[in-house]
Amino acid sequence: MAKQFRSARTYTKMMSLFAGGLLILTCSCTEEKVDFNAQVRPILNKNCISCHGGVKQSGDFGLIFRENALQETKNGKIGIVPGHPEKSEMIARINHENPEMRMPLEREPLSKEEIDILTKWIKQGAEWQEHWAYIKPQEPEVTQTKSGWAKNEIDHFILNKIEENGLSPSEEANKYDLVRRVYLDLTGLPPTPKQVDDFVNDNSAQAFEALVDELLASPKYGEHWASMWLDLARFADSKGYEADRGRHIWKYRDWVIKAFNNDLPFDQFTIEQLAGDLLPEPSINQLIATAFHRNTLNNDEGGTDNEEYRVASVIDRVNTTWEVWQSTTMACVQCHSHPYDPIKMEEYYTSFAFFNNTSDWDVPAEHPLLKEFEAEDEAKLDEIKKWIAGRSTASESGKWEKFLLVGEPKLRPEDFEEVENVVHYNRAGQDHMRVYDGSYVKIKGVPLQDIDRIYLNYSQGSKDLGELWIRADSLKGPVIGKTTLTKTNGFTNIPIRLTNHPGTADLYFQFKGRSDDYNGSIDGFLLGEKLPGDKDAEYQRVYQEIDEMLNAPFKNTTPIMIEKPETHSRQTNVFVRGNWLVKGDEVSPGIPALFTSEETGFNNRLDMAKWLVSDENPLTGRVMVNRFWAKLFGKGLVATVEDFGTLGDYPSHPALLDWLALRFSGEWNWQVKKLLKTIVMSATYRQSSKVPAVAMEKDPDNKWLSRSPRVRLSAEQIRDQALAVSGLLSDKMYGPSVMPPQPDGVWTVVYSNATWNTSEGEDAYRRGLYTYTRRSSPYPSFITFDAAGREFCLSRRINTNTPLQALVTLNDPVYFEAAKNLAKQIREVKGDKKAKVEAAYDKVMGKMPTAGKTDILINLLEETEGYYKENEAEAYKLTGSEDLELATLTVMANALMNMDEFIVKN
Amino acid sequence: MDLYNEARKRKLEFTTRRHFLKKCSTGLGGIALASLMGPQSLFAKGTGNKLAPDPLPHFYPKAKRVIYLHMAGAPSQLEMFDYKPKLEELHDLDCPKSLLEGKRFAFIQGTPKMLGPQHAFKQHGESGTYVSELLPNFSNIVDEVAILKAMHTDEFNHAPAQLFLQTGSPRVGRPSIGAWVTYGLGSENENLPGYMVLVSGGKTPSAGKNAWGSGFLPSEYQGVQCRNSGDPILYVSNPDGMSRDIRRKSLDAINAINKSQYEEFGDQEILSRISQYEMAFKMQLSVPEVMDITKEPEYIQEMYGTSPGQASFANNCLLARRLIEQGVRFIQLYHWGWDMHGDSKATSLNEGLTTKCDEIDRPMTALVKDLKLRGLLDDTLVIWGGEFGRTPMRENRGGRVMPYYGRDHHTEAFSIWMAGGGIKGGLSYGETDDIGYYGIKDRVHVHDLQATILHQLGLDHERFTYHFQGRDFRLTDVHGHVVKDILA
Repeated sequence: MAKQFRSARTYTKMMSLFAGGLLILTCSCTEEKVDFNAQVRPILNKNCISCHGGVKQSGDFGLIFRENALQETKNGKIGIVPGHPEKSEMIARINHENPEMRMPLEREPLSKEEIDILTKWIKQGAEWQEHWAYIKPQEPEVTQTKSGWAKNEIDHFILNKIEENGLSPSEEANKYDLVRRVYLDLTGLPPTPKQVDDFVNDNSAQAFEALVDELLASPKYGEHWASMWLDLARFADSKGYEADRGRHIWKYRDWVIKAFNNDLPFDQFTIEQLAGDLLPEPSINQLIATAFHRNTLNNDEGGTDNEEYRVASVIDRVNTTWEVWQSTTMACVQCHSHPYDPIKMEEYYTSFAFFNNTSDWDVPAEHPLLKEFEAEDEAKLDEIKKWIAGRSTASESGKWEKFLLVGEPKLRPEDFEEVENVVHYNRAGQDHMRVYDGSYVKIKGVPLQDIDRIYLNYSQGSKDLGELWIRADSLKGPVIGKTTLTKTNGFTNIPIRLTNHPGTADLYFQFKGRSDDYNGSIDGFLLGEKLPGDKDAEYQRVYQEIDEMLNAPFKNTTPIMIEKPETHSRQTNVFVRGNWLVKGDEVSPGIPALFTSEETGFNNRLDMAKWLVSDENPLTGRVMVNRFWAKLFGKGLVATVEDFGTLGDYPSHPALLDWLALRFSGEWNWQVKKLLKTIVMSATYRQSSKVPAVAMEKDPDNKWLSRSPRVRLSAEQIRDQALAVSGLLSDKMYGPSVMPPQPDGVWTVVYSNATWNTSEGEDAYRRGLYTYTRRSSPYPSFITFDAAGREFCLSRRINTNTPLQALVTLNDPVYFEAAKNLAKQIREVKGDKKAKVEAAYDKVMGKMPTAGKTDILINLLEETEGYYKENEAEAYKLTGSEDLELATLTVMANALMNMDEFIVKN
Repeated sequence: MDLYNEARKRKLEFTTRRHFLKKCSTGLGGIALASLMGPQSLFAKGTGNKLAPDPLPHFYPKAKRVIYLHMAGAPSQLEMFDYKPKLEELHDLDCPKSLLEGKRFAFIQGTPKMLGPQHAFKQHGESGTYVSELLPNFSNIVDEVAILKAMHTDEFNHAPAQLFLQTGSPRVGRPSIGAWVTYGLGSENENLPGYMVLVSGGKTPSAGKNAWGSGFLPSEYQGVQCRNSGDPILYVSNPDGMSRDIRRKSLDAINAINKSQYEEFGDQEILSRISQYEMAFKMQLSVPEVMDITKEPEYIQEMYGTSPGQASFANNCLLARRLIEQGVRFIQLYHWGWDMHGDSKATSLNEGLTTKCDEIDRPMTALVKDLKLRGLLDDTLVIWGGEFGRTPMRENRGGRVMPYYGRDHHTEAFSIWMAGGGIKGGLSYGETDDIGYYGIKDRVHVHDLQATILHQLGLDHERFTYHFQGRDFRLTDVHGHVVKDILA
């Protein structure tokens, strides 16, 4: 079936003469050719798909795949006979006189125009066309506009649509609004009054461009844009579920900030996060990047099945990857073929296969971890690296560094070929095997030509002595290694030196003990490759050090992705009806047929990551430029930023979307800063946000962008801004997440003694993205302002407007402290009330208030002053000071920070 | 909110506000303003949320509000509602292999022993309903309630099972039932959130705040947790030294500035912000007022067994009644600490469970009686239950004998009860086998329970959907049948 589908696809490709890949086909036929995407698909989607789709195919008639629609239906008739509407049951049924027979059932009949289109389409051969998003973007023609309004190509696309819709563009925003807008958009923070003045007083033609360049170069730029990516990455500082214990994964957050600041090209950004571990000789940073997919939840609850939650994590990785890079909703396909898009159920599992081979397995310790040693061991590590590099190559030395920092690949119970007389504890958040006298486990295919020692990861609390013998080939084969098992301090790597044995062999690990009681618990085996430099006098010493390093304490760890060795890779099967316990056919890694004609060539995550950012991919460029556009304009060119599928919105400006996507992946070399600069330099971006009456009537949703949108700031921005304008914000970057003040009693999580230890000093005033995110108890004011809960990938925060938000900015001590701090500075301003009002407003908004607003604020000061004169004790309570003016100014500052214009970007 | 709904909302607000601005020239700042401002979903008056996809409710509702008493940790049905004399006969015998094959347990390993009921049962009321000695007060109201004895679920760990029960999915990210209901029906009181959550037992449930999260629905539909100390709702109190009078004056200034901003920019959202600030001001009065249970007379305190000032289940039951009276749509009480594995005295069926039952017996009985006395039980649906049941076998964690009597997690059978809101009283519905292991008659799945709750509120669980990430989501996924037999 896939083959037939592909041939249909080739046909549409041949017919791809449309401009921008999206416009109506031109044809030499006498009758105008019906455009499937523009004319037919909307009718089918609206009226037919819910019963005759990819899942539900009532009467055995489905309209997602052409071959289904052309098949015989349940009643023996044929739904669509290409070229013959008169023989097509579909046409008969939409025209049927009997309402019980007429389609769509129990709904309004199709209009005459709709019936005409479908009839004509079948007559012309009933050709399907791929959904616009699955056709690669084509270089669109830029229709130049003549009014002189346009500043770059974006504006031609926008202006043409504005005019087509009987609107006209807005004038440029005043410089004060513009400077605040571009600061908030590019760095997330408002400008200081001085920064505003600098821009406003610079009358050169390059003033705006110079400012944009400066902001893109600011370290604050990366902090701001990281927030957006962290929503997609579902980054959090805890593991989720019951006890919701902490997770050290902040190095990944810092990696994202640096990637944005360094303008790491998006293709590289993609590959490192999805498959950094599979790159040849990955750097430490590239390993940290793979933590992107270690942000999945980990279920530590006692009695949970590790495999069940490992599978849940893999499912999340599949869904997240498809949503982030492709805006394609794969989650549906887990249980059945896609109801609306041409993706089949088994294709979910070919995607699953890419992610099913990492060695993490839902244990509380969250292995595999990238360790960071204490300084002393760090130095030792450097020495070992140097020693190895001196005796072989830098690449060999890098491999050993990775071995010591990660301790993988480890062979664990799931990799054991045979086990005898062991109890496998894989519940209650643990995964190890208890071994007894007479226990053995078998591991197949160990390459002994490369391996000369094995580390047993083992724990035993009693003093009983036992032994482990390693035999090659069979239970009776030669003993090639031996160790005694003594009491350990928790799980420890015990080195076992192997004697020479030729070639690859199956190994049998036999446990012998002195008592009936158990001999201890094994977690797994680590294969130690031969160390170069065996002729060197220091060889034994270095080996000794390596053994010690594997048990060395560390100061920090980051969970990362590591692929299981090929000898022990996991098999992937289709889950029947999505149930992971019921395994169907085996599948291998692959991309849905919809996207590629290549049958083979996809083996692992690295292949998939490369495909995502290759020229073959029709979606990544569009999806990403749309995400950045949506952040700046509050709405994407495709409004459903998370769904480019059949049910997603059609782009408002398809040609512009393609133009940007092709630049982004082409001449801009995937550099986000170039993309953002082009957008903010446009006349479209610089428009005023005033809503003209005619635009309100004709385009209330501002689809055509004849004005700049007013967008409420994000949760993080609102807090950052309050701290910034009051002079409290710290500009410290990076490091472990911080705990700014929050009300007592927000954290009362079961089976967890974690506490919110309020950060001290400047850590209490860091930017919002450094705030500790516990999934079960997010920071209250953020969640109230629609921040992501970070349990799953979130493409689009929905801005709400609620009374609880008002209570946050009015009463949350964080905001009230900001108000007090601002008031303290205003008290030092010389002059009358008017001067103070103006100074305060300037601090907050970067400009002078209008006369009307000044009067309102002076009036507030006077009324408050009257009250506090009569209630001095109240004033003292408010500020902790007897200074009445400080109290009145605090009330005013609190009001300023609740103005709509402060919470919104004009 | 999906785009279609967003567009509808915008249009509606646009018309309403334009009308308002034309008619109302007396200036802003009056308290009456908010109620004129019109459709704000969270605190919208009336029964139909204009944002929801279909006209809602779908049909005439039997219940207008819901109180869900969730016993986090999963109480043992075999010591409370599901009387199994046969199990007593099998006490301490090895569990037959046939019961263990192909089963997944949280902690049981090897061959556990059967464990007879640890508390005595008697029949009560005209209906002759069996209830154990642990619930002497509840025994008096059995004729008001329906006990569902063949409940079953898919999940055998706490957090996933709680999520499954409250959101329809064992994974995080779906809206909770309370969020769905307030999304669909709004609140009857614009000065209080429509969905409120009260927690006792010292801990939040295993699923954390996700149990009352809004998932992919807008965040305004998430449950608002009322706190036992400090502000009853976060940030509802003004800072020390800011009187209500000063707050009023500062709000007048904020609103006046916002109004002039509106005049300059013409953005409708500014008007919405003005109305939200007015609602916030009203909440500052109404929330502390409704949360103050000391206003209740002595005999009511006595009836519930309250201890004002503490975080008790009894206090929360009384609070729930007060919130119901104020028109709050959906109230959840979580009472933690029912996970009786038998690894300590506090988690034994003999002592721990007795204590837990003592904590709830009087207040939950009082709640049903009190609602009835006030004529509120007819249209208030009360549900009591845990996230799964307990095994008829004694727990043997790691194959060892536990120090006390306890039971492991069990998905195949558990008991819940429901009262009011159009549910039959004096009914025992569903049966389990002789040892309470499987439901053998009238089994009710978690999705069926959810479908039934929505049904009582006038919502068809198959039509009540939300479009997200390319598909229509339902609380009950693609499952669920309304349990018609228990409807009055």
